[in-house]
Amino acid sequence: MEFKDNEAIYLQIAGYVSEQILRQPWGPDEKIPSVRDLASELQVNPNTVMRTYEFLQNQGVVYNKRGIGFFVSPDAEARVKQFRRERFLQQELPGFFNTISLLGVGFDELQQRYQQFQAGQAALIPATTDEKQ
Amino acid sequence: MVRIRNLHFGYSRRVPLFENLSLTLERGHIYGLLGKNGAGKSTLLKNIVGLAFPQAGTCEVNGHPAAARLPVVLEDLFFLPEELHAPALTADQFVAHTAGFYPKFSEVQFHRYLAELEVPRQTKLPKLSFGQQKKFMIAFALAANTGLLVLDEPTNGLDIPSKVQFRKTLAGALSEDRCMIISTHQVRDLDSLIDTVLVVHNREIVLNADLDQLAERLTFGTAGPADTAGALYAEPSVRGRQVVRPNLGGSYGKVDLELLFNAVAGDNPAVVNYLNATPARHEPAV
Repeated sequence: MEFKDNEAIYLQIAGYVSEQILRQPWGPDEKIPSVRDLASELQVNPNTVMRTYEFLQNQGVVYNKRGIGFFVSPDAEARVKQFRRERFLQQELPGFFNTISLLGVGFDELQQRYQQFQAGQAALIPATTDEKQ
Repeated sequence: MVRIRNLHFGYSRRVPLFENLSLTLERGHIYGLLGKNGAGKSTLLKNIVGLAFPQAGTCEVNGHPAAARLPVVLEDLFFLPEELHAPALTADQFVAHTAGFYPKFSEVQFHRYLAELEVPRQTKLPKLSFGQQKKFMIAFALAANTGLLVLDEPTNGLDIPSKVQFRKTLAGALSEDRCMIISTHQVRDLDSLIDTVLVVHNREIVLNADLDQLAERLTFGTAGPADTAGALYAEPSVRGRQVVRPNLGGSYGKVDLELLFNAVAGDNPAVVNYLNATPARHEPAV
């Protein structure tokens, strides 16, 4: 795993675990990899992964069964979205505002493009479900 | 696990290598020992494993002086030196000769590590390349399951896939009752694997810090030419000046070990002074 410079590794690993939960390889009430296995897979110190799991536990994304391991909380998806939303609003949005004010991009243009984006998304979703059938 | 107090050591009386060096290492951690060439990384490790004796001060492992080389200490300690001795033995013969000294040695683990590191079992050691020999010894060192594992430049001679596998294997082998100490000057090889960084410089340990705590107290980044006010350390680079600053904003980034090392092992004591002068805060505001 390639780590970025501007964020603590344990939070980047939390992002990775959340991604796995949102994309559903790790479903509700399923056991997630042990600290040792994930540390080995990502080539990081096990204490860092432990810190990630403690952080996710505090966020209610995973829960700990003593002596067995960590499991995905039933409402993990909502919890992940909640803390990622916080992170986006606090960390990424200021940079975005900085760029649009620097380049003079107005809200009207943003809104128009956002609507186009949403229309594009809406057109995509039925197409992909058709493919599955 | 390891307790060094006021260690004085030098290969000659007139040229001291360590003066009043103190250091404590605990179980459950992977320590990265950094230092310039000749700073004494390997010599410090030799003091810890009982291959060099303090001129003054103490160096204890599990409460026993390392220099006494007691069996109870040696059977729970493995030292992998930078230069290996490769006897004319195959893996199985080497185990038959050597594993008996390590009560917790696991043959199953040894074979698994050899397979992970892609080292053949049937070939006699001197017929293997240097990198293969090194991986063989790393596999043995980990399988010995000693409480203290001391690795001197273990990634020297390893190719890129082997370095990746080395980090995976080592990360999977740490447990709460093991203490690992790894010396290196290839800082990038150990990035994110170690949790505590030790820097030996000017005859003492100038830095002994948890990486998480360092990230709370310092920031690492690039700055424009006019923007180095408040920086503890700055060095030029292609991307602009690389600077180390006090972390005043509560942001929480990743420690740039190379930059940190340059900041600490140079003549400028600002970073060390800053870290010593301000007490560590606890959890960062996430």
